Amino acid sequence: MRRAFEFVAGCARLVTRGNRAYFAWLAVLGVAIAIGALGYAHQFRTGLIATNMRDQVSWAFYVGNFTFLVGVAAAAVLLVIPAYVYEWGPIKEVVILGELLAISAITMCLLFILVDMGRPDRFLHVIPLLGTPNWPRSLLTWDALVLNGYLALNLAVVLHILWKAYHGEHYSKRVVVPLVLLSIPAAVSIHTVTAFLYNGMASRPFWNASILAPRFLASAFCSGPAVMLVLFQVLRRYAGFPIKDEAIFKVAELMAYAMFVNLFLLGAELFKEYYSATEHLRYTQYLWSGLGEHRALVKYAWTSLACSVVAFVLFLVPRTRRSFVTLNLGCVLIWVGVYIEKGIGLIIPGMTPDTLGEIYEYTPTFTEWSIAAGIFGVGFLVFTLLVKIAVPILQGSFRARGAPAPDADPRAPLAASAH
Amino acid sequence: MTERRSLPVLQDGDPGREPDCEAAATPPPGMSRRTFLRTAAAGAGLAALTACNVEEMLRKHLHQLSPEELQALLRRVERKNSERFGRAVTVSAEGPRPGVEFGYGLDLSRCVGCRRCVYACVKENNQSRRNPQIHWIKVLEMDKAHGVDLVHADAYYEAETVPRPGHFYMPVQCQQCRNPPCVKVCPTKATWKEEDGIVVIDSDWCIGCRCCMSACPYGARHFNWAEPQLPASELNPQTHLLGNRPRPKGVVEKCTFCIQRTRRGLYPACVEACPVGARKFGNLLDPESEIRKVMETKRVFVFKEELATQPHFYYFYAT
Repeated sequence: MRRAFEFVAGCARLVTRGNRAYFAWLAVLGVAIAIGALGYAHQFRTGLIATNMRDQVSWAFYVGNFTFLVGVAAAAVLLVIPAYVYEWGPIKEVVILGELLAISAITMCLLFILVDMGRPDRFLHVIPLLGTPNWPRSLLTWDALVLNGYLALNLAVVLHILWKAYHGEHYSKRVVVPLVLLSIPAAVSIHTVTAFLYNGMASRPFWNASILAPRFLASAFCSGPAVMLVLFQVLRRYAGFPIKDEAIFKVAELMAYAMFVNLFLLGAELFKEYYSATEHLRYTQYLWSGLGEHRALVKYAWTSLACSVVAFVLFLVPRTRRSFVTLNLGCVLIWVGVYIEKGIGLIIPGMTPDTLGEIYEYTPTFTEWSIAAGIFGVGFLVFTLLVKIAVPILQGSFRARGAPAPDADPRAPLAASAH
Repeated sequence: MTERRSLPVLQDGDPGREPDCEAAATPPPGMSRRTFLRTAAAGAGLAALTACNVEEMLRKHLHQLSPEELQALLRRVERKNSERFGRAVTVSAEGPRPGVEFGYGLDLSRCVGCRRCVYACVKENNQSRRNPQIHWIKVLEMDKAHGVDLVHADAYYEAETVPRPGHFYMPVQCQQCRNPPCVKVCPTKATWKEEDGIVVIDSDWCIGCRCCMSACPYGARHFNWAEPQLPASELNPQTHLLGNRPRPKGVVEKCTFCIQRTRRGLYPACVEACPVGARKFGNLLDPESEIRKVMETKRVFVFKEELATQPHFYYFYAT
């Protein structure tokens, strides 16, 4: 008990100390969270009428953000595969950071679902034993299952490795290796199940295409690592993480391949829609060229495509891939491109025109933007605090009293734990 | 726990069968008129209200309730709604009758697009009257030149007189599918198909995730985006637990073929309201019923048959 208390106190010390940039960052997140809380208070009082969703477009911005973040959560952990295959030195660090990002992303996913619910007070109705989950028929129950399972899995691995490192011990391979191996199919499953949630709706031809799940995975392989690449550089600079340039460039190269697959699948979809030109083409048209005066999404669609194509080229050409300026630019472009593509670019055209042919043009309200800002604030805060605690533990500067002292070279324990 | 797929099937001689829809404050079965009025009029204090909310939170799924618990639930909903509207409200949970499977026919060549069905439905089923107004029936105006084609459909036509030249009208409401996609996707089993073919929602169990609205190919499910605006003077006090009882904010609602009427042997409100007789209704299992006559003598089709939802709702052209 006392040990746990010491640990918590130590963590509190870690997160309350930092330089000016750290506190400025926390302040920014605090403001975002406050705005989100005010927005949600308004929505809770008036109902979802505070959004621009209506019967015609009954899922929109919140569900789009949810979809994007599921991809981020999935792909962060999938980085374990290349880290292992290419024998990067600090595989443990890659795993931990990927899982911390996954934990934060899943937190945001669950919050986006919560704010989208008409009756969040009844969430117990989905819980086994307490409620009546419509499992296995309803894909949403599957999604709840895999998302929470994935969250638990990541928490277990992270807590185990950090707790052991905190006591100066090596983590148990018998615990960690199977769990990490399990987290790879779990990461694939959360994104696949989320794709199936839309994919299974025969009433929405835009989603009812079997290419949806593969496209989800391809785009997730771009957006998740984009965050990780930036993070690697930050940690390398400020926390002395021994991540080699080669590893970063390798991830960028893999992202180029993933983006190629994503763009190829997009092309396959566009060909099928435009060449066959059935009435199902209308959804695709609404996204790319608008229907009559209804053109709300067109600028987003082309922005997304432009970002993705430019990022693809930047990551494909070795010279731009190996320059940190263009590499980071590519990361930002991918983030923007996939955010639009998997967010509003997927959800809104699925519902416009609606099932009776009506065109209701949806754009998010200020309340929706503020709630989304608040949720991203919570997610980034969770991630920041987790990293702030995890890094000193991994580096050996935050240890339990009486634990073996870290080696003289702070990088040594990292290297030693590589394989 | 045994799972039932419907409300208990009514046997002959069960109470509450008289087709008496005018007498608003009929005491529900198992409750004397005096008890009922006293409960309704006196209302309960804050304590009862709090207890009620806790009870609601801890409530079981409708299919898991014993007959006694179901009765208690009905009384509670009656009490709550009577208080909310200051009028006596009845709530029944009348189940499907054996040997009944409802079918609906709509004659596209007769419909003139007057929307009387839309407003009769709103009145009968206690939909929100404004901000936003909820309609369970949508009348689509279509071009004669295009036939049934949603690309050229307009639900918001305004006209001094209908039908407008060059147009015909196609009302759409819940098609009461035999294979309902909305039921499949619901994560909480808050919606299901009853044995007489009616797809119902328990608005106490719905979490407002709106999966069913994405899944429905007919736009038949409607969400209470705000607190429904239903003036007490416009309330229809004779309600069914799975049908027209007033709904709260944040849940989905839909057409139930006027379950509160049709299970008592009455026509749905839209059928009664139609001035041109375009709407037909009856028991598909009864060879003498109106709907069976229609299917025998006319050629019927179902909407979006390629989705294999197998509706209980048939369109036809009588002339």
